[in-house]
Amino acid sequence: MASPATSVRAWFHERFPLDDLKALAQKKKVPLHRYSYWYFLGGMTLFLFGVQVLTGALLLMYYRPGADEAFESVQFIMTQVQFGWLIRSVHSWSANLLVFMAFAHLFSVLFLRSYRKPRELTWVSGVLLLFLMLGFGFSGYLLPWNTLSYFATKVGTEIPAQIPLIGRPVLLFLRGGEDITGSTLTRLYGFHVAILPALVTLLIGVHLALIQWFGMSVPPGVEKQWQAFPQQKKEIRFFPNFVLRELMAWYVALGLLGALAALFPWGLGVKADPFAPAPAGIKPEWYFLFMFQTLKLIPAKVLGMDGEMLGILAFGLIGAVALLLPFLDREKPFSTRRWITGLACVFLGYMAAMTVYGWVAK
Amino acid sequence: MSTASGASATGPQPRPADAGRRRFVNILLGTGLLASAASFLYPILRYLVPPKLPDLGGDAVLAASVSELKPNTAKTFRFGTRPGLLVETASGEYRAMSATCTHLGCTVQYRSDLRQIWCACHNGTYDLNGRNISGPPPRPLEAFEVQVRGDQIFVRRKQEA
Repeated sequence: MASPATSVRAWFHERFPLDDLKALAQKKKVPLHRYSYWYFLGGMTLFLFGVQVLTGALLLMYYRPGADEAFESVQFIMTQVQFGWLIRSVHSWSANLLVFMAFAHLFSVLFLRSYRKPRELTWVSGVLLLFLMLGFGFSGYLLPWNTLSYFATKVGTEIPAQIPLIGRPVLLFLRGGEDITGSTLTRLYGFHVAILPALVTLLIGVHLALIQWFGMSVPPGVEKQWQAFPQQKKEIRFFPNFVLRELMAWYVALGLLGALAALFPWGLGVKADPFAPAPAGIKPEWYFLFMFQTLKLIPAKVLGMDGEMLGILAFGLIGAVALLLPFLDREKPFSTRRWITGLACVFLGYMAAMTVYGWVAK
Repeated sequence: MSTASGASATGPQPRPADAGRRRFVNILLGTGLLASAASFLYPILRYLVPPKLPDLGGDAVLAASVSELKPNTAKTFRFGTRPGLLVETASGEYRAMSATCTHLGCTVQYRSDLRQIWCACHNGTYDLNGRNISGPPPRPLEAFEVQVRGDQIFVRRKQEA
């Protein structure tokens, strides 16, 4: 008499090509070299996204969108629901770490030049994912309906309104009206829990499929060395070796998240009052700070152009360059590689400096 | 998370003396993992259990105006998503309670002739405090707090001690 586990396995075996999957899992390899640790960042971002899905689903059990209820329901979660403070705090912490990890992943891929042929579209899907993650951050920020998030959303939706022609329709679309009201809240809530998750899930599928399709990129330096001395080439099996390492990193991250959430729980602030003046020290989330601070510093008029507009155009351009970066990396008529690395360093430095400046500035 | 034990399958064959140590280490790691996994799961399970407070609403609902009701009459009002019943007794006192019958969830009504609350579905009756006095209802109706402010009668859930 076969054990239940064996017969279940046999049942699936008769129907699905499990041996092929097993062979695939055994064949998949991960290159091992001195930069291998950077391979963990993407997986870590994926893990944090998983944490967001889980804690987000939990928050949905009690959260109520609506100008009269949102703040109260988050307060309810944090004060009445058992471990509600923990779930919400983990959601906030994980969101911030996720954006940080996504940026770290982007820059590591950029500096290791993993975006080069044939992985251009993997990069493009990744940059699109980062944009969507920023959208998650922006839309989620308003959901507790506190003063800070209320005014941050006011400013944040005002920015695209500066774009000529499409600006106003975009503002009305984002706000669901002229002002930030309950309609804005339900709208951003819809983006946050339905539209963005659907898009992100789809894109993560594409991103992962492409990674699986092309395998892990080997940095150009290491690749050259391996071609010259094939006996130096080192790989580990994806399953179980790499997966176990990744799982270990995830488990440590989970512990760290729990600790951060417990030791530095996320505050709720004061309920938004649309008729009260904006309090001092209104700031967006830290990952928007560098843009916020730049827009604050640009003079009102630059060379006859609206300063605000110039800043927005510049950031739009940077976004477009980031998205199409693999196609700008070419050898002819001249090698752009050093330029890309150099400019990325400058931009990274600028981002860091402006974020710190925005953080300490009044 | 149980994949940790799978790692040993790919390693070299242990010497018999090592097997015991390996087992010991596996037990140590396995129980540690299980315990930490439990510590992650426990808050989630507790979170899913709704708190005792029946609803968010401690907020008062405007049930009726004083002029609307006469002694020995009643009014059904919206209380959140459920109906509530506000009764002015013959002596002029206000009583408010849930209008959802505790038997099978029909909406109850006030019977001026009986001076009782009556459920038409299965002939259950309650007294004016909401206590079930005859018929099938198993429990009293949930009583609410009544506050009269000026001409307006507000009803709110009783705050649990």
